[in-house]
Amino acid sequence: MSEEYSVEIVNPEKSFLSKNDVTEVVVPAFEGEIGILKDHISIISFLKPGIIKIFSKSGNERFYVNDGIIEFKDNNLSILTSLILNLKDIDKEKISDIQKSAEKELSKSDINDQEKYLLDQKLEVLKSIN
Amino acid sequence: MASLDDLKKRISSVKSTQKITKAMKMVAAAKLRRAQESAEKGRPYSDKMNNIILNLSNGISDIENAPKLLSGTGEDKVHLCVVMTSDRGLCGGFNTNIIKKAKQYFQKVLDEGKTLKIITVGTKGYDQLKRLYGDNIIERISFKDSKNVNYFDADKVGKIVIEKFEKKEFDVCAIFYNQFKNVITQIPQEQQIIPLKTSEKEENSSEDNYEFEPEEDEILSNLLPKNISTQIFKAMLENSASEQGSRMSAMDNATRNAGEMVDKLTIEYNRSRQAAITKELIEIISGAESL
Repeated sequence: MSEEYSVEIVNPEKSFLSKNDVTEVVVPAFEGEIGILKDHISIISFLKPGIIKIFSKSGNERFYVNDGIIEFKDNNLSILTSLILNLKDIDKEKISDIQKSAEKELSKSDINDQEKYLLDQKLEVLKSIN
Repeated sequence: MASLDDLKKRISSVKSTQKITKAMKMVAAAKLRRAQESAEKGRPYSDKMNNIILNLSNGISDIENAPKLLSGTGEDKVHLCVVMTSDRGLCGGFNTNIIKKAKQYFQKVLDEGKTLKIITVGTKGYDQLKRLYGDNIIERISFKDSKNVNYFDADKVGKIVIEKFEKKEFDVCAIFYNQFKNVITQIPQEQQIIPLKTSEKEENSSEDNYEFEPEEDEILSNLLPKNISTQIFKAMLENSASEQGSRMSAMDNATRNAGEMVDKLTIEYNRSRQAAITKELIEIISGAESL
């Protein structure tokens, strides 16, 4: 029995990635990382800034996402996100750009707790990449 | 009858106009291909988003406490209309069609004694609406500087809309744009985005028991603002494809008309040249005869 299912990552501009031989995907869900294997129960959740890890027969990949929603149903995983970067070909400059803008956001006084939490997360993840 | 010189000048001027329209047509055709591609690529995102929201709103337990963006404020007094048009002209009936559609809606809203607020996206829409509805326009946005339609522009518009909604400045929000069908046909669309109209509320017989993490309500209240930006983005993509398509066919027509005009003028030019020659001949002959 195969242990594979399909994943599709879309951002507003295009379909970013589509694979049908993945064995496991780990996503940074809002309340903690979730690892999704085949025949997982249907789930909808949203993401916080973090790393998506995709394990597949053809190799493992890692992506940075800013936010997003995931839907898993009938062994199809859809990830919708507004900003996604492949960690393989990401450059340091881009990361520090995002980092700087996040720090700037964070220094503003009128942000609420949830925004602060998300930004803290973002910075943490970005630091870990660098 | 115009003199030969005048005719010559007119022919050459029409010819150079034709060159311009031809060039514009070709530019539009190239841009259209790209715009169409990105419109098609953008569809999965908004479709998926719609799907998820549909699933979520079907699963929501009590409507009373549903997020306001979904259920509305419960009132229907102030309408906000986001009218999306192009920043450039010379694209046939593109802008006029949107405006026409929007004006019908405006009239309906005003006839019912409700308050109307307008946000225009794109300068052409503002130009056409300012005379009649100048007082109703509360915001004008233009993305003249951004080369391509991008999500962040759409997000900006979406944030403005949501901010105004949270300040309770309106109850119902609709967007107007042209849906791209093919190069010749663009259909002006009116789409209500707040409160969200779940257009196809088919009773999903398949018992989709989703697991939600966190709670449905929380996901929904996070998702709905994103959905608004997504819908606006979709509208912008459709709009830009429509604009290029419309411009292409308008310029194609213009080129053809210019060609016809050149033909007509050339015939007239040849006729009057011939007439002048004949006249001269007659003069010479009758001069010779009188000798």
